[in-house]
Amino acid sequence: MDNCLAPTRGTAMAPIEGAPGSLKASNEYKDKLMTMDGAEVLAGTVTRDETAILDAWLAGLRAGASLQSGRIREAELQTQAKSVLAQFKDALAEGGPDADGEAYASLRETLAEISRSRAIQGFTPTDTANFVFALKEPIFEALRRAIGSDTPALAAGIVAAGKVLDQLGLHTTEVFLASREEVIGRQGQEIAELSTPVVRLWDGILALPLIGTLDSARTGVVMENLLQAIVDEEAEIAIIDITGVPTVDTLVAQHLLKTVAAARLMGADCIVSGIRPQIAQTMVHLGVELNVVSKATLADAFAVALKQTGRRVVRQQAVPAVERR
Amino acid sequence: MKVSKTETLPVRSGDDVVRVRQRVRTLAVEIGLGLVDQTKIVTAASELARNTLDYGGGGDVRAEIVQAGIRKGLRLTFEDRGPGIADIEQALTDRFTTGRGMGLGLGGAKRLSNEFHIESTPGTGTRVTIARWK
Repeated sequence: MDNCLAPTRGTAMAPIEGAPGSLKASNEYKDKLMTMDGAEVLAGTVTRDETAILDAWLAGLRAGASLQSGRIREAELQTQAKSVLAQFKDALAEGGPDADGEAYASLRETLAEISRSRAIQGFTPTDTANFVFALKEPIFEALRRAIGSDTPALAAGIVAAGKVLDQLGLHTTEVFLASREEVIGRQGQEIAELSTPVVRLWDGILALPLIGTLDSARTGVVMENLLQAIVDEEAEIAIIDITGVPTVDTLVAQHLLKTVAAARLMGADCIVSGIRPQIAQTMVHLGVELNVVSKATLADAFAVALKQTGRRVVRQQAVPAVERR
Repeated sequence: MKVSKTETLPVRSGDDVVRVRQRVRTLAVEIGLGLVDQTKIVTAASELARNTLDYGGGGDVRAEIVQAGIRKGLRLTFEDRGPGIADIEQALTDRFTTGRGMGLGLGGAKRLSNEFHIESTPGTGTRVTIARWK
């Protein structure tokens, strides 16, 4: 064996000379592979066999579900595959099979970009990860072509390839989930902000329609919004509507009473509305007493509020005729 | 008495209390409880789940659909490994609380259920079982 040709462990792989067609060159290459560890075998094979791997990979992707769903065009898939494989080749040559390493930064970025765009296009995480995992088979095939029957070298190469591709596949899944979580987090914040509006019904009359679960955190937001609105609108009466609160237990009742007490301190009277029959029965059994004016519907509460502020709603005797042309 | 369905839910956080409520409501609908009875058992479950969390330091809820003859019912068992209750009589008294609540939860849950059973050993934990029959 020619020792000069065998690269030492850990050095960057130079492209291997000798066309695959030449038997002598091919044998020399195989000899050389015997002295390398899995990472070097892998880097060498990917560099040498890039075109064949790309073709096989694309064939695999074409057969897979991604293209057939029609969400992505073949040209786009080809471009992505080409740039990923090129970066993979460079990263392998530079940093070995450690996908968390510095050499893989640009490849990870590319994959993250692809993963994000897949998430938007409506692919499942499985589809996205399969994009990377589909690269395994072509690389294993290429390793087999390059190494032939040398089982230990082949196994080492396959282990290295499996490890690095698994890491990259998981990376796409992680990015996929992270982008989903971002959306969920944003929606959560939006719901928290949107779900506690204070509505001005009339001069000095506010309504606070509560929807959903009333926990301590939300009660804080609700109270803050209501008290500020009482100041801003110089409100005399605040109607708290609980039609949209599914369960009123002692904690919810306690939060309600605290809100009412705080509003009273600010000089506004409170009316609780939207108490449904089943809620009323349950509250009686619980033993909760709401020492506050309460009404079954928001309309009733509004009528009371108008009355208390010295207003009256009257229907005009003659309804004016609609003008006709 | 036959148990036709059993599931266990964890009570470890405030979100779990909400999940317990939702699950109990689904099961109550499943056995055909009316709207008032649904609301009662859901509210009782909410009280007991929060007790499990706040005073028992978290635990589990076992929900069972039970059948006795032609009657169907929903039975809920709340279990924790917390400090336990020394004086159950006192704990069931309205307005009594060791925390900052209204002191109505435990007694209220008893009034909202058809069956109520509580056993507690100080230092070992507490188990509360309630049932609502159709």
